[in-house]
Amino acid sequence: MFGGPWQRRTLLLIFAAYCVWSVRDLPIDYPRVWRGFGRAADMLARMWPPDFSRWQILGKGMLESIQMAIAASVAGALLCIPLALCAARNLAPTPLYLAARALIVVGRTFHEVIVAILFVKLFGFGAVAGMLTLAFSSAIFLAKMIAEDIENVRPGPVEAIRATGARFGQVVVFAIVPQVVVRALGVFIYRIDANLRHSTVIGIVGAGGIGQTLAASFTRYDYDFSAAILLCIAALVALGEWFSDWVRRRLR
Amino acid sequence: MSGVTPPAAATRERRTWQRRSRGAALRAWLAFAAAAFVTAWSVSALDIEWAFFADAHAQAADLLGRMWPPRWAYLPQIVKPLVETIHIATLGTAIAVVFSLPVAFLAARNTTANRTTWLVGRGILVVSRSVNTVIWGLVFVAVFGPGPVAGICAVAARSVGFLAKLVAEAIEEVQVGQVEAIAATGARTSQVWTMAILPQVLPVLVGTAVYRWDINVRESSVLGFVGAGGIGLYLYASINQFAWQQVTVILIATSVIVLASEALSAFVRSRIS
Repeated sequence: MFGGPWQRRTLLLIFAAYCVWSVRDLPIDYPRVWRGFGRAADMLARMWPPDFSRWQILGKGMLESIQMAIAASVAGALLCIPLALCAARNLAPTPLYLAARALIVVGRTFHEVIVAILFVKLFGFGAVAGMLTLAFSSAIFLAKMIAEDIENVRPGPVEAIRATGARFGQVVVFAIVPQVVVRALGVFIYRIDANLRHSTVIGIVGAGGIGQTLAASFTRYDYDFSAAILLCIAALVALGEWFSDWVRRRLR
Repeated sequence: MSGVTPPAAATRERRTWQRRSRGAALRAWLAFAAAAFVTAWSVSALDIEWAFFADAHAQAADLLGRMWPPRWAYLPQIVKPLVETIHIATLGTAIAVVFSLPVAFLAARNTTANRTTWLVGRGILVVSRSVNTVIWGLVFVAVFGPGPVAGICAVAARSVGFLAKLVAEAIEEVQVGQVEAIAATGARTSQVWTMAILPQVLPVLVGTAVYRWDINVRESSVLGFVGAGGIGLYLYASINQFAWQQVTVILIATSVIVLASEALSAFVRSRIS
């Protein structure tokens, strides 16, 4: 790991120097941060006990997040198919391959929240913008994973099907799909879980779901309600992860 | 001599080959139907105004038209917030590394003191991991006020669970030989941890931390949306002012630093393993 002990010590020293520089470089309001510790205690006190009395609003937000995640996963799965085929080097002609790869590489760098705010500007506030955001991110993620699987298929079946005089579509359906479908299902299930997690946050920019409820409660200093929402989000995310692990274990 | 008995195969009814048994096929269809039903329910409940989609391509073209060409004169103004974004990711990750070790030792079955401490460790993992960085940002902005400190804390809070989970798994899979050898010399528990376990999990910790760092650069790019510092603040402001040509510059710049950090992280990780 990075050569000898001296090299390692030098690297550590450089990193420490970077940390010092970055802390001095950042515009930090120290008195305000200092007061923050008192505020944190105050906030925790006001968060307890969590207020579940407005459970209708809470339930509605949670349900919207879940629906957004499911609809987006399916839409993303449909959208990813052409993208994945284009992004597989062994199937697509080079210009198409490069274009699809560029879309995947650049698309992945944008955080869901950035995509969400652009969709909110296009489609207005609400769950539709959120759904489209997650569908877009899912399509790119799924296409990347599936394209890699397609590139790694065994060439034997592909050549065999092609030798029978099959058209491109038939090669895909009979030689490629059977080899990648199980892994693709696993990735898809994982993506549902990821979408569930992201659906709780994109509401912060107005793209629907529980995030919108949470952001609203925070701006109103309604901390006991925020605590209830945070607990529900944590439960939902933990449940989603457990579900996705369970399904993927059964797939194997 | 009674009559000739027909061969066994002929008496058996002829069966065509089937991929699945009847039960498995039924189950597969049920799973498919359930998935279709859940999807239909989700889509219908979202109240999608399909008419909106009719002119979506025109809207998108309009937006892209406003975004082009990028206003490069804006670039010098966002250099500082871009650097700030990287600072937030790096410092947040560094703090997370420090806190993740004790949490990992609590959450690993073979090093935790008892069932209660294990549950505490696992609880920290679940809470840290299940709350998104941006939501942590929202919380810490309420505590420390707007600014990079809230962002650093948010990144650290989310990363602690991520790092500690993987390190705890590494601790559970540590080679017992070295642990027993150190223990046999009469070492105290703390010495066993630092001499036998830590050296074995350190590569995992460093590798995971570097991997998490490049995720964190991407996460920090939006922390400004909730006021937690970095480039997100400028992006949010530019969008709200409809300064679309500035938005393009910010998006390109963000993309570049995220890609650069991914490349750097991949390079460092390739050197570690």
